[in-house]
Amino acid sequence: MLGKPTSSATAPEAILIGGSAGAIEVVSLVLGALPADFRTPVVVLVHLPKQRPSALAGALSGKCRLALREPLDKEPLAPATVYLAPPDYHLLIDEGPSFALSVDEPVNFSRPSIDVLFQSAASVLGPRCAGVLVSGANPDGARGLCAIQQAGGLVAIQDPDDAAQGAMPEAAIALCPDAHVLATTEICQWVQQLGAWQTSPRRGST
Amino acid sequence: MSGEFDIELPLLLEAIHLKYSYDFRRYALSSLKRRLEQAMEHFNCRSLSALQERVLREPEVMRGMLAHLTVQVSEMFRDAGFYRALREKVVPYLRTYPSLKVWIPGCATGEEVYSLAILLREEGLLDRTLIYATDINPEALHKAEAGIYELDRIADFSKAYAEAGGRASLSDYYTAGYNAAVFDKSLREGVLFSDHSLATDSVFAEVQLITCRNVLIYFDRVLQDRAVALFRDSLCRKGFLGLGAKESLTFSSYAAEFAEFVREERIYQRR
Repeated sequence: MLGKPTSSATAPEAILIGGSAGAIEVVSLVLGALPADFRTPVVVLVHLPKQRPSALAGALSGKCRLALREPLDKEPLAPATVYLAPPDYHLLIDEGPSFALSVDEPVNFSRPSIDVLFQSAASVLGPRCAGVLVSGANPDGARGLCAIQQAGGLVAIQDPDDAAQGAMPEAAIALCPDAHVLATTEICQWVQQLGAWQTSPRRGST
Repeated sequence: MSGEFDIELPLLLEAIHLKYSYDFRRYALSSLKRRLEQAMEHFNCRSLSALQERVLREPEVMRGMLAHLTVQVSEMFRDAGFYRALREKVVPYLRTYPSLKVWIPGCATGEEVYSLAILLREEGLLDRTLIYATDINPEALHKAEAGIYELDRIADFSKAYAEAGGRASLSDYYTAGYNAAVFDKSLREGVLFSDHSLATDSVFAEVQLITCRNVLIYFDRVLQDRAVALFRDSLCRKGFLGLGAKESLTFSSYAAEFAEFVREERIYQRR
């Protein structure tokens, strides 16, 4: 199921999930399916209006067995935690690994931008991160997902036919044709397997 | 490509420091890398080494680099809750001082300066306040001093002003021109715009309030500590420090020297 790990792929230190329009439903299912002993930190970035507190935390609270919070600048990634990108900041992974924030210009008309998060993670974690891109109506995230794959990390894309909005997955498939294209239920399993890989270090097999 | 880039990056920062005394060596790498990639593209350089060559020999390229490395475009009254907390919880303390000094480090193009000046005017405190607005980028400081903002940004500013508890209409404080809003120069009569670096300069005044929002996020932990130590040494006892919504002293070496004053709005008080 993990499939096609590159020679350098290794158990991820972080799993990153990006999406936009129609993503909250998928993200809820993926997070809801995670067991309480899931150790790998999960970072979720969904484009939302810049209100505060973010609508994302409200939509996801009660649906996930793990701790759920928006990270602070310089906060180290901790196990068994789901981090939600705060509105109106770019979220980046820095050395440590820890979180970094910026208020630089929007990228792909988005702040936070999935490309910014994924590219920073690829740069710092290389093959030790995994990326998932789900439903959305703009092409943010495609370049970032490609960067993770080029750095040796595992990547998956929601099947555009299965997504509420197909434009974001389609843009990513066009840019990284080797990525897994998975239905929502398969994404749930894939993420769980990445976590299981962490606890019992062993190459996954298709 | 990334391997060479990572080698060239510290060399470029060292070169900038040696030649121009600007010290970016302790900036947070993740954002710095993005900004340097943008600078490479802007100056049409294939590598950071090529960019370094130009930075060292063409001072105007360094001026352009400063814009890439420092300028953060902010909004007026960003985070309404922060300004409401300042008004409701901090201002009552500020009133007790016969004269006030406020420091806004990393003021960039000044949106925060005018926001704070308007708040202090409405609270009747501006006339007895001296505001130090500092930055390392002279072009940003000039813009801050001019107080001219594109008209298409003003609708958002007005909305934020109202949400932040503004007592009047934002339009009372500016004159609209063709494409720009020019803020009333009486707002900056008590503002001193000045060059100051949190990375290399030291304490210059004792102040009662520092607002430094979304500036420290660009620094690494070592430089953050240096800046927070400067804030501690600049603040009077029981003086206030306001940070950005996602910034915290939790990871700072000086956390114990500040108390959380309005926790959810990141307002601290020096012990």
